[in-house]
Amino acid sequence: MWIELLTKLLIAGAVLIGVLSFGGLLTWVERKQSALMQDRIGANRASILGFRLLGLFHIMTDGIKMFTKEEFIPRTEHRVIFILSPFLAWFFSLLAFAIIPFTPELTIGGYSITIQVANPEIGVLVAFAMMGMAIYGVVLGGWASNNNYALLGSMRATAQLISYEVALAASAVGPLLIYGTLNMQDIVIWQGRLWNGWLPLWGIVVQPLAFLLFLIAGAAETKRIPFDLPEGESEIIGFNLEYSSMRFGAFMFTDFIEKILVACLTTSIFLGGWQVPWLADDGFRMGGELALGLGPVAVWLLRAASFGLKVCILIYVLMLVRWTLPRFRYDQLMNFGWKFLLPLAFLNIIVTAAVLMVLNL
Amino acid sequence: MNFLERTYLWEILKGLWITNRHFVVNITRHILNLFGIKTKPGAVTIQYPEVHRGYHHRLRTAHYLTHRENDGGPRCVGCMMCETICPAKCIYIVPTEHPDPNIEKQAVKFTIDMGKCVYCGFCVEACPEDAIRMDSGRLDICSYTREGMIWDINRLMANHHDPTNYKDVEKWLSEEF
Repeated sequence: MWIELLTKLLIAGAVLIGVLSFGGLLTWVERKQSALMQDRIGANRASILGFRLLGLFHIMTDGIKMFTKEEFIPRTEHRVIFILSPFLAWFFSLLAFAIIPFTPELTIGGYSITIQVANPEIGVLVAFAMMGMAIYGVVLGGWASNNNYALLGSMRATAQLISYEVALAASAVGPLLIYGTLNMQDIVIWQGRLWNGWLPLWGIVVQPLAFLLFLIAGAAETKRIPFDLPEGESEIIGFNLEYSSMRFGAFMFTDFIEKILVACLTTSIFLGGWQVPWLADDGFRMGGELALGLGPVAVWLLRAASFGLKVCILIYVLMLVRWTLPRFRYDQLMNFGWKFLLPLAFLNIIVTAAVLMVLNL
Repeated sequence: MNFLERTYLWEILKGLWITNRHFVVNITRHILNLFGIKTKPGAVTIQYPEVHRGYHHRLRTAHYLTHRENDGGPRCVGCMMCETICPAKCIYIVPTEHPDPNIEKQAVKFTIDMGKCVYCGFCVEACPEDAIRMDSGRLDICSYTREGMIWDINRLMANHHDPTNYKDVEKWLSEEF
């Protein structure tokens, strides 16, 4: 029992540190990717002993800058909430990573190891619940700032996030109907099936529309361009107006964490999670026959790498969107969410349910 | 707008394709250049303090005083033409007798307040002796103090024309005209 508890703690720590450092790396990825997309070089001046290392040290300089800047707290009755809210957002978006199945189970010497902190039967719902709770950070942050502009900004943010939360959950219902389970590990295992022995039945294959809707709603959940009305860096005053130093940094960092979270969720539900195409438990299989036999550890490593690769590709796509499209106007945002995404998601649910009923699955 | 443009999605995909193409092309060029295979540069950025873009040869840059051929002293004869014409009143000259009776005068002090100068080039136009020029190709005129912006005669004599700061003039002429 103690060993199990210890391994769980170790895995939880590994996931936490992994996600945080990957989020830090994303600040560098964002700078460099946008620079390459715009024929620039990007931040490359921070150096240690003359080594610039492609500007990777800017992650550290950012951290130092955030921690050493003046911490300003406005005159407000809700001092505790003001201090707490960025970390509420941070905490809940990190908590959602508990149910992400990074790898399948690997049994070594009687011990079963999987990089997944918890595997409840209601896995997907936990993720959505945590993403919903993360909105509280934004709401309370604007409210406790004792500033009307911040309050208006947080109202705008709340309206956007809750609208797209609905579309996000509704677009995930289609594939969940097909999988017939909410357990994340079972969802990924279901996607290991092959259609006619050659086409992997990933979520994107059985539910392409839901994938698109989920990705768009997910991008809106991360509060980035083209859905960055809550923040509105350049023109609008957002909910984080009164925040400075690391508290602002926590809000900004939450965006990166949520970006990873959305990429992980999309990977698990739509891109087959840790599944590698045509890779069964004992090796690659072509048309039911064993083409290349592999040991359990090799299969496990391949599958873990597959999950990471899919997440990286999705984050590349999300960044590509973020650095390509202009921001929505507020009415366009609401129209898009309620009159386009949500009806399409409902249509998807109805069609999926009808097809499932006709096929008697 | 036609139907495809009004759906918005198709135009988004076109935009994403353009930015994605730029990313792929640029990262390929960066990697090829890293391994020593020469391609076009992956970025249009000029890394300024290390790399200069090269100025146009007609650009007016930091002043310098020309040297006299026989003794290497300043060619300036202290006629006060430049100080008189200077609209910013940033030139301060103190003239004195020159030991050679054939030469009008010489400047013991020739100071330009670079912080005041407006780079109009009138001093160069006015100079009868070609003693002051503005084609050094230097624009990194900066200092932490106001006093540091005041260049005395030694500093002006030490500054000189540096052709490496300029673009290839012949190439420029053939391209532009």
